[in-house]
Amino acid sequence: MKFSDIKKSAEDEWHALQQGNVPLIVIGAATCGRSAGALGVKKTFEEEFQNRGIQAEIVEVGCLGPCYAEPLVNIIKPGGPNILYKNVTGKIAVELVENYIVNDNPLPEYALGTLGDSKVDGIPVLMETPFFKSQARELFRNSGFIDPTNINHYIANGGYSGLAKALEMEPAKVVEEIKASGLRGRGGGGFPTGMKWEFCFNAPGDEKYVICNADEGDPGAFMDRSLLESDPHALIEGMTIAGYTIGAGKGYIYCRAEYPLAVKRLRNAIAQSKEKGFLGENILGGKFNFDLEVFLGAGAFVCGEETALIASIEGGRGMPRHRPPFPAQSGLRGKPTLLNNVKTYSYVPKIINRGADWFAGIGTEKSKGTAVFALTGKVTNCGLIEVPMGISLREIIYDIGGGVSDGGEFKAVQTGGPSGGCLPASHLDTPIDYDSLRAAGSIMGSGGMVVMDQGTCMVDVARYFLDFTQKETCGECVPCRLGTKQMLNILEEITEGKGKPEDVDQLVEMGEAIKKASLCGLGQTAPNPVLTTIRYFREEYDAHIQNRSCPALLCKELISFRIIPEKCTGCMICARACPTDAITGEKKQVHVIDQSKCIRCGVCLEKCPKNFLAVECIAGQLSEGEQ
Amino acid sequence: MEEQLNAILSSYEKRRDNLIPILQQVQEEFGYLPEDAMLKVARAIGMPESRVYAVATFYTMFRFTPMGKNRITICRGTACHVRGATRILEEVEQKLGIKEGETSEDLEYTLETAACIGCCALAPCIMINDDVQAKLTPKKVEEFFGKEKKHEVQ
Repeated sequence: MKFSDIKKSAEDEWHALQQGNVPLIVIGAATCGRSAGALGVKKTFEEEFQNRGIQAEIVEVGCLGPCYAEPLVNIIKPGGPNILYKNVTGKIAVELVENYIVNDNPLPEYALGTLGDSKVDGIPVLMETPFFKSQARELFRNSGFIDPTNINHYIANGGYSGLAKALEMEPAKVVEEIKASGLRGRGGGGFPTGMKWEFCFNAPGDEKYVICNADEGDPGAFMDRSLLESDPHALIEGMTIAGYTIGAGKGYIYCRAEYPLAVKRLRNAIAQSKEKGFLGENILGGKFNFDLEVFLGAGAFVCGEETALIASIEGGRGMPRHRPPFPAQSGLRGKPTLLNNVKTYSYVPKIINRGADWFAGIGTEKSKGTAVFALTGKVTNCGLIEVPMGISLREIIYDIGGGVSDGGEFKAVQTGGPSGGCLPASHLDTPIDYDSLRAAGSIMGSGGMVVMDQGTCMVDVARYFLDFTQKETCGECVPCRLGTKQMLNILEEITEGKGKPEDVDQLVEMGEAIKKASLCGLGQTAPNPVLTTIRYFREEYDAHIQNRSCPALLCKELISFRIIPEKCTGCMICARACPTDAITGEKKQVHVIDQSKCIRCGVCLEKCPKNFLAVECIAGQLSEGEQ
Repeated sequence: MEEQLNAILSSYEKRRDNLIPILQQVQEEFGYLPEDAMLKVARAIGMPESRVYAVATFYTMFRFTPMGKNRITICRGTACHVRGATRILEEVEQKLGIKEGETSEDLEYTLETAACIGCCALAPCIMINDDVQAKLTPKKVEEFFGKEKKHEVQ
């Protein structure tokens, strides 16, 4: 079948669904929606419709981004508006069927917004609400709208048009187009994608490979998972275009085994793509053959490094090797290999389809296009966001994210995961682009953005990331293997109240050395969280070391609990709850905590009734007998 | 075991490239990598036993002891960490009476941690078998694991 015919029939199916004569219920059912209860809500709708004898269509889609409002449900009545409902529970689902589907009250109190041109009294237009207004959803354009298990939905929304167009171009022309777009690798490093493609294109050899790094391992990042679950065909199309361009016949998607739904969706999408003739032999009736395989990662963070990932696909320990030769010359099985991240490949079909100028028109001079972040931590509106490059951290955290959650005070924002850094309030106006973030000591990374408030201890955060990298170091090179261990030991001592005055200088010296001397990106960036917290939050290190006190009230050895005599009514509740019998005092007498017995578990603070609030947690160590 | 192993081995080409997928299948079947199975895999694909062991121990996914019936995974991602995952881990360890990486004696529970399960917006979260449980609190931990404990005490 010709592509235009495939497209026509896909569009017919899509329009029939959107403008059908029965109500359409669209449920966000990516992993995040599911953990918030989306599948239970779906079941409730099904049961309600069955009991009431209502004909309706229910479709599962991927993730729209506002995770704080999951589960999300769109309802489109025939000829009616498209309304998105937030935090839908079984109870709300029943109410929606009764009030809105059966009668005509759209229950604005449960709505997040309207989509498309629809306007309903009392419900804002979704794309004009603060969470969406400053976003530019290009990569995630389909996410949350199309059924990721139905290839026709993707095709009807412009899918595979990029491939059809690319197949009519000379491969060299495709390389030019990617170069002109200014696309840079979205895995973290930010290497110009077009140059990488050009190296592979120019590399001699009949056998070449295309690999996608979908081994998203940064703690605090989930955008690749979301994209794979919500719009898997974008990656497949991007990789197929890459295969055509560099002359590869086989591609691998190296995906985390911890993402079972993403793997399932990918495998399903590959099968559908083959069936339609977009993958396999004689793609779209031409001479180009290309096959894709999903390879399950077995859990090793270092496999995010390209040579380590290749070693893993070859069946070995995922350990990096010296470069050069770069994979573009000698990669998988010694053949030229193109390796990019999920997001990088997923941009490609859109760039080919809409032209390099379109992409280059978004963003800043050196960082083109959009940036995707998993906005999490102590922020009101957690979620997955896509913004134009160049937007400030402040706009992301305060406008889109709605500020710090629970009335907290902003302390720091962490980008780039274990390879990135923590930036303080004075850097909130830093624009989001590769170079500005690097100059501030952090990196763009794969897109985790974690907001921290006064209750986050920066020394503990540094210790947390070092603990992670130290566990994940592959052990090949000495600076990374031993250096991270030594740094971790020092950080542990500081958080346990055993810090020494020379510790901070030693951390800086070791950190700089590890950055310079490590073999791969893991070691070269591992000290970043420590170095940035020292650079911007030195006073917290000093408080831990010199005053033996944790200002964030988190490090157990550096805090104390005390009972405020004026507020204690002697109710015995805390004394009974204390696991170490550290609290003494008779009924109706003021209680006292024996500091030598106290293990600072905080149970007394939790148990003290809200109308007394007689227990407080303070920074520093109270000595025995001190109150 | 022989029969299940043969079935797995016969579905793959005996190439070094296939070592990780084969080990994954073996673990899927038995819940862990029994020593005998690793020896047999090594022989089948013509690799030294030491290499198979070296690869298996490199990756966090592979286990060398049997799994409990229920697998509890505590997410230790950054978002979970700043929202109190350490406390959740302590609570679960206390409720189940096992530490991270251990399996209870009655083979009911295996407790593990993961670097990140990718549900950061719903932090702190844990996985009970394949289901993600969101926004955990010590109270929810009590609901999930407290009853079991009481049951055992009785």
